[in-house]
Amino acid sequence: MNVHEYQAAEVLARYGIPTNEGIVVTDPEGAMEAARTLGGTVAIKAQVHSGGRGKAGGIKLAHSPEEASSAAGAILGLDIQGHVVSKVLVVPGVDIAREFYLGVILDRPNRRILVMASAEGGVDIEEVARDRPERIIRVLADPALGLQAYQARGMAFDLGLPSDKVNGFASIAAKLYRAYVDEDATLAEINPLILTGAGEWLALDSKMSFDDNALWRHDGIEAMRDPAEEDATELDARRAGISFVKLDGSIGCIVNGAGLAMATMDAVKLHGGDPANFLDVGGGASADQVAKAFELVTSDPNVRAILINIFGGITRGDIVAQGITEALGRVTVTAPIVVRLAGTNAEEGRAKLAEAGLTAVETMDEAAIQVVAAAGPN
Amino acid sequence: MSILVDANTRLLVQGITGREGSFHTGQMVEYGTPVVAGVTPGGAGKTVAGVPVFDTVAEAVLTTGANTSIIYVPARFAPDAIYEAVDAGIALVICITEGIPVNDMVPAFAWVRQRGARLIGPNCPGLITPGQAKVGIMPGFIHAPGPIGLVSRSGTLTYEVVDSLTKVGLGQSTAVGIGGDPIIGTSFVDVLGLFEADPATEAIVMIGEIGGTDEEDAAAFIRDRVTKPVVGFIAGQSAPAGKRMGHAGAIISGGAGTAASKMDALTAAGVGVARTPSEVPALLRAAMSA
Repeated sequence: MNVHEYQAAEVLARYGIPTNEGIVVTDPEGAMEAARTLGGTVAIKAQVHSGGRGKAGGIKLAHSPEEASSAAGAILGLDIQGHVVSKVLVVPGVDIAREFYLGVILDRPNRRILVMASAEGGVDIEEVARDRPERIIRVLADPALGLQAYQARGMAFDLGLPSDKVNGFASIAAKLYRAYVDEDATLAEINPLILTGAGEWLALDSKMSFDDNALWRHDGIEAMRDPAEEDATELDARRAGISFVKLDGSIGCIVNGAGLAMATMDAVKLHGGDPANFLDVGGGASADQVAKAFELVTSDPNVRAILINIFGGITRGDIVAQGITEALGRVTVTAPIVVRLAGTNAEEGRAKLAEAGLTAVETMDEAAIQVVAAAGPN
Repeated sequence: MSILVDANTRLLVQGITGREGSFHTGQMVEYGTPVVAGVTPGGAGKTVAGVPVFDTVAEAVLTTGANTSIIYVPARFAPDAIYEAVDAGIALVICITEGIPVNDMVPAFAWVRQRGARLIGPNCPGLITPGQAKVGIMPGFIHAPGPIGLVSRSGTLTYEVVDSLTKVGLGQSTAVGIGGDPIIGTSFVDVLGLFEADPATEAIVMIGEIGGTDEEDAAAFIRDRVTKPVVGFIAGQSAPAGKRMGHAGAIISGGAGTAASKMDALTAAGVGVARTPSEVPALLRAAMSA
């Protein structure tokens, strides 16, 4: 689960990290008011779950309340990588002396938590990682003991910080690591972490994402969810226990199992079609789940044909077939449907589907070819 | 021969009285798997599918000599179940549970390794040595004994491939589902090493998916250390970046973890890479006769 910059900053502030506190507003008048309250130069920053805000014109400086109003007016409503800006954060302008990067993330190959820092702050860290990997300092935290103080100090020394700045940096690194672990984050990042002209540390821009599987033990995190930033269909699916990801194509997919669902999309693509979605209906593929899946898939106006691919394991194919016909009795589906049913009692299942007037085939490739034909040319 | 589980396995089921645990215990017993004990705290004295239930893993191990454990415990209790099994001396722990927080698995993974035990999963279908032991939730009847070792991050996609192999007469030595989470106890490289050393395995199928770089690591291992023919398939060739595709670990992030990168790495390592699962049997035949 992703949150906005201002929410990430709130979390980090709770852990004692100095953040640039501002005011969140949803209209130009609010921005003017906020600028007046803060006084002096302010920055107006788009609050969207997307990177590249600066390049897209989503961050502007304003030297007066009037400028703040017009800057907010220009930013609100902007489309940044498919995210429409509906609120902006107004923060005090700061005197930046040096910019750094500091982040905590899971290192999958090492199965450990990784703390990263770079003297190249305020730029796209993935670009630095790709082009100048030697500019990133990496420290792995011990899985049982966590990040140790000497490790955090070591990073500060490696960044070439003057000795009077080492402890300040190490303290922020330790707090960021603590926030990552305690809040079950999947990413905790400060970019840039700055030294002001007065020599103070300040987290100028914060970013956090959280582990969906751990939200149950963090009420505060779930409360930060912004439904406007999430696809309504994906949210609806999640509530029903269905994994759904919206894509751009015209062929709706309903599959049991995540791996098989991906392989089904690949087969559609290979045979000349474009999948409209990823959908894992779950192992059982019950009538209720399949009916919900039909609703989700047909809510997309681009869908011109539907491919159902079920490998019956423990769940028998004839039961799955019954579920599909039952679901079709409850939900109106006008797009042509191709069902691929394999595994336990698949033949009986296919016979049942054929009786109900559905196209039922044995192999995935055959099903993909048929559904692509049914959808017609793009 | 086979890897990890066989007729000598003495299986213990953690969470045996739960809905999933009791159902799958019945299925495993029916398949002929030697299930010797179950554990549910407070469930001592009960039996499930004829299997005696104990309160603790330590007690179950002491009484029955269980040497392998399978976990069907809900996500918030599963890490504790892993610790309990390993602490009781179980050498091989299979965790079926989906949805364990990643931050719980970081210390669990390290601890299991440190204790010299092996964890398979979490978020996996388990593993099966056809005709000997089914330790998981896969449908047993699609498998047949034979020379193909199979390792996969997926569940139903594995059944799909196993089924296609069995139908053309290519049985399996062992089929291992290593799981779809970002942190899993046993990687492709681990299982490839076991198959390479197993005299009963003549060729290997590996089924990967987007996310992480375990397939790239596997490709390097195959190039340097595996002499047996390997065929691969990577799911998610049409998946967009930045979106989690069902499995917690199936996400392309920061440009890493794409299907193309994995397929290229495997191809460069001499692995026959299928474009769809249906191409696997033919590629395997070709690789085995080469």
